[in-house]
Order: sequence, then C-alpha cells, then structure tokens
Amino acid sequence: MLLKRLTEASGVSGNEKEVRDIIIDEIKDYVDDYEIDKIGNIIVHKKGMKNGPKLLLAAHMDEVGLMVSDIKDSGLIKFITVGGIDKRVLVSKRVNIGKNKIPGVIGAKPIHLQKPDERKKALDLKQLYIDIGTYSKEETEKLIKIGDYITFDSDYVEFGDNLIKAKALDDRVGCSILIKLLQSDIEYDLYASFTVMEEVGLRGAGPAAFKVNPDISIILEGTTCADLSDIDEHLKATKLGDGPAISLIDKTTYFDKELRKLLVNVAKENNINFQYRKTSVGGNDSGSIHLLKEGSKTIAISVPCRNIHSPINVMNKLDYEDTSKLLELYLRKIFEGGIK
Amino acid sequence: MNIKDFLKELSNSTSVSGYESNITNNIVNVFSKYSDKIDYDQLGSIIAIKKGVNNFSNLKIMLAAHVDEIGLMVKDFDDSGTIRFTSIGGIDPRTLVAQEVIVHGKKELFGVIGTTPPHLQDKDKSDDAFKMNDLYIDVGYDKDEVKKIISIGDIITIKRNFTELQGGSVTGKALDDKAGIVTMLQCAKELMKLNHEADIYFVSTIQEEVGTRGAITSTYKINPDIGIAIDVGFGRTPELDKSQSLEIKGGPGITIGGNIHPNLRQKLVDTAEEYNIPYQFEVESGPTGTDARSIQISRAGIPSLLISLPLRYMHTSVETIHMEDIKKSGNLIARFISEITSDNLEGYLCY
Repeated sequence: MLLKRLTEASGVSGNEKEVRDIIIDEIKDYVDDYEIDKIGNIIVHKKGMKNGPKLLLAAHMDEVGLMVSDIKDSGLIKFITVGGIDKRVLVSKRVNIGKNKIPGVIGAKPIHLQKPDERKKALDLKQLYIDIGTYSKEETEKLIKIGDYITFDSDYVEFGDNLIKAKALDDRVGCSILIKLLQSDIEYDLYASFTVMEEVGLRGAGPAAFKVNPDISIILEGTTCADLSDIDEHLKATKLGDGPAISLIDKTTYFDKELRKLLVNVAKENNINFQYRKTSVGGNDSGSIHLLKEGSKTIAISVPCRNIHSPINVMNKLDYEDTSKLLELYLRKIFEGGIK
Repeated sequence: MNIKDFLKELSNSTSVSGYESNITNNIVNVFSKYSDKIDYDQLGSIIAIKKGVNNFSNLKIMLAAHVDEIGLMVKDFDDSGTIRFTSIGGIDPRTLVAQEVIVHGKKELFGVIGTTPPHLQDKDKSDDAFKMNDLYIDVGYDKDEVKKIISIGDIITIKRNFTELQGGSVTGKALDDKAGIVTMLQCAKELMKLNHEADIYFVSTIQEEVGTRGAITSTYKINPDIGIAIDVGFGRTPELDKSQSLEIKGGPGITIGGNIHPNLRQKLVDTAEEYNIPYQFEVESGPTGTDARSIQISRAGIPSLLISLPLRYMHTSVETIHMEDIKKSGNLIARFISEITSDNLEGYLCY
C-alpha cells in the first residue's frame, strides 16, 4: 500500500532519497516531464487538455528525525534533532540509524536510581544517547558515521475507527494524495513539486516554485490536530474525522481569501466535510512559495494528524479520502474559470 | 529451545503482575523437557522440579526468577473516548510519552499514548516532565465503543517487539525478569550434562514487581535448603556510578550483603574462579529489591543467594541485555549446584 511504503521509508530533512525514489517510481509513467532539481526537489509537469492559471501543487517529502553528532568511547551515540521535536517524546524509543537502518534504543536511567525530583524534569538532549549494543567507539564506528540520519522505528498500523498510526504522516499523506492525483486521468495542466527540507525552514519549496513560477499554489499537508482528552472546543486546532482542514493564517502565510472562499464553496456544494484550521501556529511550504518573485496566491489543504512530529502520528482514512475528493473538485472549479 | 528464542517468546508475551497465567503454558512447555515434575503454589507460581541422583537426604535447591512484568491499568475514560491509566510496578511516566500500547480488554486493542499538544502548553513548561495524569491512551474509538470492549481494571502493555542489536545484545520489554527465567532454562540445560545430588526447583514466581509475593508462597511450599534468586541488576551507562552498576558482558553479578549467605556466596565465587566464568560484585546492605528478600526470611530462615544479570534501562520498554551474560550466569549456577552435596552443605552453612 502506497501510504505504508511512503511512511515506512526514511526521509529525514536533507536525506529524502528513499522517499524520492518511491515517488518517481510511482509517477514516472503518468506525467509528461519530471526532474530532480539542484537541491533534491522533484518537479513535475503533467500536461492537460484544459489550460487555466498556472497551477503548482506542493507536498514535502521530508520528515522530522535525528542525526548522529558524536560517538563516545563507550560506543554510545550522541545526536541532535532535525526539525521540531519535543525532546520528551524521545525517551524509551526504538530508532533506526543510517542507510542500513541499524536498530538502536534511546534508554533512560532506571526509576529505582532516580530521586523523586528528577522525575519532574524533562530529560534534556544532552542526557540522551542511542545504544546499538556496541561497547566501544571502534565497534560503533564500523556501523555508524557522524552525520548519519536517524528515524523513529514506527510501522504503519490501521486501528480503531478508520484510523492509521505511522511516523511521518506529515507530510507523506500530502505526497500520497498528490501521487494519486498525478496517476489519475485528470485533464488539467498541472505542475507538482515534492519538496525537500520543509521541516528545517521551508527550504526546498522556494527554489521549486522559482522554477515553475506559478500563478496559484495549493499546499497539501498533514497538520496539527488537538481533539482529545476533553479540551475546550475552541482550542481544538483540527479534529480527526471532520474532513480536510483549510488554513486561514499561520506563522508563515496569510492564505489567499478568494481561493479559500472558492474552496469552501466547492466543499459546501458537494457536501464534503471540511473544517478550518483553528490555530495560527506552525507553517508550511506556502511561506516560501507565496513570497517568491513578486508574490503569488496560495492555499493550504491539510489532513489532520494527532501527535504530529512524534513517532505516533494518527490520521483518519476518511479525512484522507475527503481531502482527495475536495482537491479534485476544486481543480475542476478553478479550470472551469472559477478563478481569473 | 534456544535461549534467545525463549527470551523473545517471553518478552513479546504479556504477564503483568496479577495476570501471569497468560504465559504459564509457555513456561511449562519449555521447562517440562528439562524436569521431572511440574507443580504450582496456590497463587500461580510455576515450579519445575528436576530430581537429583542418590538424594537420600532430600536436599533441595530452589531457583527463583519472576514471571511478572510491570504494566499499566485502566482507571477511567474521558468523554472523548480516551483512556486514563495508572501503573502496576514502578514506571517513570517520562518513558510512556508517545508509546504504542495494547489494551487487554474483551479483545486486544491497539492504542497510542498522547499528551497535551505542544501549541496548548505553556512555553515555559517545556522542561517539565509529563506526569501520569497528563497522559491518555487513544484507541481510535468513541467512548461508547471503547466501553463495550474495555473495562476499568483491564491491563495495558507497551507494544514492543523483541529485537537483536549488535553482537549478542538484545532489546525488548520485560526482560526484567524474563531474562531470569531464561537463565534458569540455561541452568537446567547445563544440568542435563552434570551430576547433582539435590532436587532442583525452578520457580517462576508471580507478583515480584508489586511485593515479591510469589517468592513468599513458593518458598514456604518448597522449604528449600538453599534459595537462589535470579534477577536483573543495573547495567552500566554513563549516568550511573561504577559502584551502583554492573558491566555489560562482565558476567553474572554476585550480590554481597545481609540478604546473602556469606559462605555460600564465597562458594559461588570459588566456583566461578574454578571454571573461568567472569563475574562481578554487587553490594547491598539490607534486603535486596528481589525475590531473595522474601526467600531469606521464609519459615525459619533460608540461606539465600542472588545472581544479578546486567541490564540497561531497567523498567523502560527498551531494556537491553547481553545473551552472553545470561548464558554465563546459567552455567555458573549449574556448576555451583553440581558441587553442593549433603556432605559439604553443612560445612558451608556453618557460621
């Protein structure tokens, strides 16, 4: 299954090769042109019978993770985080290191030897290390190099009421929706970019959009979701099962109002569930894309993901399907002259 | 059965304190091949008995490793369907964040442990650890559906597959003290090749993590001449002092202190020296945090020993241990057992 293959591949920001290879393999027979640009983005052109505004669809390939920063004499491995990771999700986890996916663990001091006060403090990165079962620097160096990328060990699991647990749903879910769209026999002229390094500062999207020079960009994302444990309704950024989340504003972009209204109308006309993304925190590739050159219009459509930026992202299959459906209907509207 | 395969089978299965009977059959199936009789105490501890040769004085040596593991228990449900829980045994809540779990209700439900999302937390609190009350389990159903399957009091385990690391190092959950049970198996296998006068009682004790309770009842039932507990000790990592930890691959940890019979302990050391088995010491002044604490004061007192297996990250779901330490510990205990006779025991026990 595509989403399983995409989420189980490793693609920490700056090391997206495994994901890129899967995507190219999936799309190459369905598009007219694709290239890997100078920093690793995939840029795709699918020619269509119908022309309209120059449209770019964007999803990022990279995921948050870790990187080897040092190997100690004890053989243990020190690391830094890549992208925004709450250090508190790291303790007592399995990870895979480097190309050969060497398994390791991030352990913790036994509870028996802790003072009660210690337990009140989150463990800091400098207290954490990875153990691969080697007991000297030489042994570790045979398998691991400084700079190796590290991913969470987390497989794709379907559970509950139509839910999926995986790592990196942010943004493999966007990649998956975009791949499926490119594989379909859609008749519109489209550009697509699968970008690198979104999680370390929206780095890839700028150069990708520079090349395409779009009039309008649609960002496909996995976005933060807070809907559990009885928090107040207005604090629920998005809710699982309530359909695609439409962005209003975030730390990086004031999304185009005209595009947004059209999208909402399409959802309403077709009775597709949707919700607004009810928080202004976070950001996505739009932040880079909409400020390029003289500026362009952008909109973001996201699948809500619980526990984002952790090993256990959770999403709802129905939200995924609704997002795909809404996207397709939205494109039809745009190409039928909905937007000048 | 290969000892690594047995450790994998036990680590991947569920036996939270009070629910040990889930794996009674796994243990009986394996130990019955190396023993003459299987028995139980009234609380469910499993006793595999291997008869000695010419044991006219009814000499009895008991080995004890605990079969129970730490875990979680369902406490309540939120309106959103999420599950609130408490711990069984000592668990650092910091090790629970973002874990995958299995909730053992009418059927097994997969779930994940969530917390308040970052954007709803105070910025200045990001150095504060999450407490048990900040955590909840999401099984992906609404409250009505959840309550059809899950009840208050159901147990929860971390979902973790036993995995081989480099060399002979392995990682998994509940290696504390399933590694001890596997050490008993190694000892039993080794004893097939050796003569021993004493009848050997391989006991898989229940409820150690909540108060060494299976050791109390099984020792009473057996009334052994010597009791040897096998449990895990703190494997050395950078944040632990040398004085409070055991070196991985350093061989069995032999405990010294009030809980341990001094002459028998010396005999254990002498045996290790004689057979070139590496060993290390662990010191504990009073009762140890193991089954040995209860064995020692059973009935009119039982001479006790404690073998500690070096294990890193104790009571987390990524415990690691080295197969070599398990093997050497099992071999040492077997050699020790084969050298104890009714003739020499009296000398060792003499204060």
